[in-house]
Amino acid sequence: MICIMPEPDGRSTATIEQRAEHVRERANWMRRRFLRMIVDAGQGHPGGDLSATDILATLYFDVLRIDAANPMAPDRDRFVMSKGHCTGALYTAMAGRGLFPEEDLNSYLQPRSRLNGHPNRTYLPGVETNTGPLGHGFPVGVGIAVAGQIDEADFRTFVLTGDGELQEGSMWEAAMFAGHRGLGKLTVIVDRNRLQQGAKTEDTNGLEPLGDKWRAFGWEVVGVDGHDHAALLNAFDDACEPREKPRVIIADTCKGKGVSFMENQAGWHHGVPNPEQYAQALAELEAEMA
Amino acid sequence: MGAVTKPDTAMFDCREAYVRTVEEMAATDERIVAVVNDSVGSSKLGKFRDRFPHRLINVGIAEQNMVGVGAGLANGGKVPFVSGASCFLTARAMEQIKADCAYSRANVKLCGISSGVAYGELGATHHSIEDVAWLRAIDGMTVIVPSDPWETEQAIRAATAHEGPVYIRLSRMPVPALERSNPHFEIGKSEILHEGGDVAIIANGTMVHRAIKAAKALASEGVGARVINMATVSPIDTAMLADAAKTGAIVTVEEGLKQGGLGGAVAEFCAENAPVPMRVLGFPGFVPTGSASWLMDEFGLNAAGIATAARELLGKRA
Repeated sequence: MICIMPEPDGRSTATIEQRAEHVRERANWMRRRFLRMIVDAGQGHPGGDLSATDILATLYFDVLRIDAANPMAPDRDRFVMSKGHCTGALYTAMAGRGLFPEEDLNSYLQPRSRLNGHPNRTYLPGVETNTGPLGHGFPVGVGIAVAGQIDEADFRTFVLTGDGELQEGSMWEAAMFAGHRGLGKLTVIVDRNRLQQGAKTEDTNGLEPLGDKWRAFGWEVVGVDGHDHAALLNAFDDACEPREKPRVIIADTCKGKGVSFMENQAGWHHGVPNPEQYAQALAELEAEMA
Repeated sequence: MGAVTKPDTAMFDCREAYVRTVEEMAATDERIVAVVNDSVGSSKLGKFRDRFPHRLINVGIAEQNMVGVGAGLANGGKVPFVSGASCFLTARAMEQIKADCAYSRANVKLCGISSGVAYGELGATHHSIEDVAWLRAIDGMTVIVPSDPWETEQAIRAATAHEGPVYIRLSRMPVPALERSNPHFEIGKSEILHEGGDVAIIANGTMVHRAIKAAKALASEGVGARVINMATVSPIDTAMLADAAKTGAIVTVEEGLKQGGLGGAVAEFCAENAPVPMRVLGFPGFVPTGSASWLMDEFGLNAAGIATAARELLGKRA
C-alpha cells in the first residue's frame, strides 16, 4: 500500500495521481469492510455508505489535518458527519486513519459497542458532535467555524450532508448564517445522490436549482463527480485556499456506488445483502482493484 | 438560615445580574461568548456587545441554528451563553438541546429569558411553563431556577465552572434580594430560608419570596413552615427532600406547569423513598389572557395561595 499522507500544511508532496490512487485503494477497502459489518450486524445503511465512501476516503486519507494520537487537539481540522446514519463508511474511514483499532469494527451495532448506529463523541474520540437526526451537524459545524473565525485559528471545518437532509429547515438557517459571517474556512460537501429514504429527492420535495440556492445564501459553489478521487482532491485543495466565503462542494454521487445491484436503488437505503448478494458485491469490488 | 425578605426592599430584574456577571467573567475569560436570536435587547446584552463586539454572535431569528451554533462554539473551546426567550429557546430548539447539547455533552449554557408567564398578556405561545418539565427529562441537563440577583450571579458562575450543558431559567419579573445568614450556592444543593417543622414549602425562582411571606403568615398562626429554595431542579437535592418529608407534609410551588416540573421532581423522589402528603402548586395548562401578576394571583401562586395549601395539607399529615 502506498502511504501518502499530507504534510503538516495539509499538502501532500505526492502527485495528484499518486494521491488519488491511494484514496481509491482505501475507498475500496472501506466498501468491502463495511459491507461485512452490515452483514454481521444484520442492519445498516449500505446505499448511503457507498454513496459517501469516496468523499470520506478523500477526507480521512488525504485532506484532514488530524492526529490520531491526539484526536482532540484544539487546532485539528474538524469533520462533522451531518448525515449521521452512514456510520459504516464513517467508522471504516476513522479506523483506517487510526482513530481506533480496526478490530473494533467487528463490534458494529453490538450491545454496548462504541460503534453506535449513529456517531457518538462520548464513545468515540474523533467524532465532533452526535448526529443522527438530520439537520443537526451542519449548524454545529457553523458554530465550530465561528469559533475559529473569532480566534483567527488555522483549522478548517468540513461538513458532509445528505441531499435529502437539505429539506430540513435548520440547514438553511445555518447556510444563511454562514454566508452572512463569511466563514471562509468552512466547506460543506453535499452527497448529491438524488435519492432519499423513500424516493427521488426531486419527486419528494425538489432541491433544484441547488447551486443557485447556495449562491443566493452567499456561498461559493463547486460541482464535482463525487466518485472521482482526483477531482475530489482538486476540489478540496482549491477549497483550502484563502477565501472570504464559505464553499459548498456539490458532489454528484450514486447511492449504492460500487455494487451493481444496489446502485440508484432507494430500497438499499436500509438493507442487508443475503449471502449470494454479499459474495457478488465482494467479487465486484475485488475486480475493481484487480 | 432563618432568612426573611428584607422589609420594604427594592425589587430587582435578575437579567441585570445575569448580564453583569457574564460581562465580568468575559473580561478575564476569553472563552466566554454570547449567542442570541435577535434578542440583544430582551437579554440586556447591549453592553456586552459594546465591550466585546466579536464575542456577541447574533444568529437572527433562528433558534435551532442558535443552539447548534452554541454546541459548535463549545467544540471550538468557547463557553457560550445562549440566550433567548425561554419559550422559543427551549421549545423551538428542543432536539438541538437533546442531541447537540445533552447527548453530545457539549459545554453549552442555555439562558432562558422571560420564563414562566412573564409575557402574561401575550398569551400561551409566549409563556414558558413547560420548559422545566421538558429539560429535566433530558439526561445530563442541569436545570437551575435562580430566585434573586445574588443567586443568579452564583448560578452563572457555577454554570461556567461546570463542564457540561446547563439550563438557567431567568425571569424578568421583579423579585427582592433574599437575606441569607450563610450564603452558599452549589449546583444540586438547596437551602432553607425559613425554619419550620410542621410542613415544608419547596419553591424556586419567582416563587421563593412568596413562599417566605406565606411562611411568616403561617408562623403567626403557630404553624412552622420550612421554606426550601430548590434552585437546582436537576439534579435535585434528595437529602434535603428526605428531611423535608419528615415534616409530614410538602407543598411545592413554581411559576410553571403543575405537571412534570419541580413538583413532579419532588413527587417522584418522595413517592419512592419517603411517601408524604403533597400539594403541587402551578399552572394547570394554557392560561387565559392577563398580566403575569394577575395570572399568579388567579392561580393561587402567591403568599395567600401557598398558605392556604399548607393549611389544607396539615390535616392530611402522615
